[in-house]
Amino acid sequence: MSEPFEPKIVAFVCTYCTYAGADLAGTSRLKYPPNIRMVRLPCTGRISPMFILKALQKGADGVLVSGCHPGDCHFTHGNYHARRRWTVFRALLNFTGIPLERIRFSWISAAEGVKFAELISSLTEDIRKLGPFDQYKAMIHETETPVSL
Amino acid sequence: MAKIGVFICHCGENIGAKIDCTKLVSAMNDHPGVSVSVEYKYFCSDPGQENVKKAIREHNLTGVVVAACSPRMHEATFRKACAEAGLNPYLCEIANIREQCSWVHTDQDMATEKAIEITRSLIEKVKLNNELQPIEVPVTKRALVIGGGIAGIQAALDIANAGQEVVLVEREPSLGGHMAQLSETFPTLDCSQCIMTPRMVEAAQHPKIRLLTYSEVEQVEGFIGNFKVRIRQKSRYVDMKACTGCGDCIQKCPQKKISDEFDCNLGKRPAIYTPFAQAVPNIPVIDKEHCTFFKNGKCKVCQKVCETDAINFEMQDEFLELEIGAIVVATGFQIQNTAMYGEYGYGKYADVITGLQFERLASASGPTAGKIKRPSDGVEPETIVFIQCAGSRDPSKGVKYCSKICCMYTAKHAMLYAHKVHGGKAHVFYMDIRAAGKGYDEFTRRAIEEDEASYLRGRVSKVWKENGKLMVRGVDTLLGKPVEIAADMVVLATAITPQPDAKEFAKVVGIGCDEYGFYNEAHLKLRPVETATAGIFLAGACQSPKDIPDSVSQASACASKVIGLFSRDQLEREPVIAVNNESTCSGCWGCALACPYNAIEKKDILSRSGELIKRVAFINPGLCQGCGTCVTFCRSNSIDLAGFTEKQIFAEVMGL
Repeated sequence: MSEPFEPKIVAFVCTYCTYAGADLAGTSRLKYPPNIRMVRLPCTGRISPMFILKALQKGADGVLVSGCHPGDCHFTHGNYHARRRWTVFRALLNFTGIPLERIRFSWISAAEGVKFAELISSLTEDIRKLGPFDQYKAMIHETETPVSL
Repeated sequence: MAKIGVFICHCGENIGAKIDCTKLVSAMNDHPGVSVSVEYKYFCSDPGQENVKKAIREHNLTGVVVAACSPRMHEATFRKACAEAGLNPYLCEIANIREQCSWVHTDQDMATEKAIEITRSLIEKVKLNNELQPIEVPVTKRALVIGGGIAGIQAALDIANAGQEVVLVEREPSLGGHMAQLSETFPTLDCSQCIMTPRMVEAAQHPKIRLLTYSEVEQVEGFIGNFKVRIRQKSRYVDMKACTGCGDCIQKCPQKKISDEFDCNLGKRPAIYTPFAQAVPNIPVIDKEHCTFFKNGKCKVCQKVCETDAINFEMQDEFLELEIGAIVVATGFQIQNTAMYGEYGYGKYADVITGLQFERLASASGPTAGKIKRPSDGVEPETIVFIQCAGSRDPSKGVKYCSKICCMYTAKHAMLYAHKVHGGKAHVFYMDIRAAGKGYDEFTRRAIEEDEASYLRGRVSKVWKENGKLMVRGVDTLLGKPVEIAADMVVLATAITPQPDAKEFAKVVGIGCDEYGFYNEAHLKLRPVETATAGIFLAGACQSPKDIPDSVSQASACASKVIGLFSRDQLEREPVIAVNNESTCSGCWGCALACPYNAIEKKDILSRSGELIKRVAFINPGLCQGCGTCVTFCRSNSIDLAGFTEKQIFAEVMGL
């Protein structure tokens, strides 16, 4: 073993709660591992399962979806739609063979900087233990045509 | 071909000390599509912004990425700078390398690597950004205030005094609401009618206020600045123009035995009536349900005595369609029916009454002309028991919340009783005394110390009748002993609940409500008078239980929001909204299910000969708030969110 495995984690977050919570972690100068990459969206309701698959396809080892707590959504109930979509998507994930542990769903409010930092630390550790996510890469090799955008 | 400018800010030491900015600059310079990549100590400063503007002009940039602090901090600053340099502001993106990178990571190499990835992904996104134009919406400068209680009257007066038109709608025959029913008001004990009626008259006579009493809002369509509202004016059977308010018809009406709702069923009224003597407008209505003519086809006494021929039994409901720019919902509250507390005997014993009934007994214009007499036999009660929290703070039988005003009005009742019945004894059972407010705690202390109300901390378990007395059994938890009091009257401080039709009405107006039916504000702390629907505001107890000072403050806050809205002819809105591709839309309406704002409308696509080809979704740009939930719902991938399109986000992910 040379260097420890550094996983890459992509986070899809809403701008009103979790993104603001991450900013609060910053202004509070909390420390967490640099393995997380944030993608800012208006609302968790905007997050399509396709984004998650795209991130895994691009080489992410883990994905985080996070938004406002139930009842706190800036857009009244986008987060409920996200949660409903997530429950359905979980079942599909199991079927496709993507381990559920690679994807985390959470609620983090704009006031929960500490919770954000703790979540990222524990998530990074958990994904590190799981090791690189290469099943998808193997599949891409066989089936995927080049991605055009 | 993209020509992107990347501007990397050191933010003094904040970013510069942790991230190798020079390495970041050179990495970006090598990235395809980047025309210029520079670093600077403080890009948010004036010279920093000048650098950005200069680069935009010199390199003819098609997009800008500023790697700096959070977009929540300076996105607006840099977008404005871009606009000043002639670049559409929505072609500027911020890479957050301070709050979410330099401040939170310790390893310099890894932090730099992360900063490179963040910036790169936003370059990929900005390449696909479209020029967006702010949405301009015209504003109809006419406000609708729903509810003519103190909150509605205050909001209407404030808006009208600022020179704007107001339509004030009240479903009862008169303005006034619950405040008109009260005797005196805490903590100053000034007579409610005396402070209320001048306001009612002012509202009715104001040249900018159109008053519609005995009317209900039936339909609200449209969006901020452009609502279309349908109002039903219920027929009074009295011509408002002809009636002089002389009251002859009320005197002569042979049907006089109808329970008076305004007096909380403690008094009687005729079939043609005004709710109370100071009613505004002072024009009676005929209660169709109880009127002898409507029931039996004979009578018409009122018509015979009316000297101005104002009575018209043929009158029909009328409908008004109004264009409205902003709506203030001030529909008020009701008190909870306490019949579910069988042990308190409400409904079983006539002398167990609610706090609101006590108000009517204590009111000079009430059924007893202000004398405290018990309803069963009209005798003055020598001992009276007040039970607080009869419904509030009781998750098992009543409601979970605190009704907020009961501690204060019970103290007031105890005081009024002491002032009116000399030698009478008042006992108050309470859980806690919540007297937070200007002069409130002093007021409750006065009730206890000067007016000698005996306060017992504990609950009442049972009320029953024995030897002509109401026996009240409770517990004094401070003494740790059971208590039994032989009382002549029991007053229940019942819970405040939303109007019984509050939930249905929320759907009519298009706003949200909680599990009880209290209307939801946009943010409990920071946007307490706005609803999630732009252009609709909340005042008074329809949002949560409130006393008069709070209701009035909230109403004035609503008015200031409305006046602010009306200070402009056009509204500018962020163009981050969902757009539908009508050629691929299949009209499944999944989006309509997802939309929290009812922004999805049906649009007919017609052939040249006018035949319906298909019906598609049209997203109303005035209503859409840009959450993007519909985009993810769309089965045919027809909807996309401007500023956060599928392609942009995929590109951003691929850039990571």
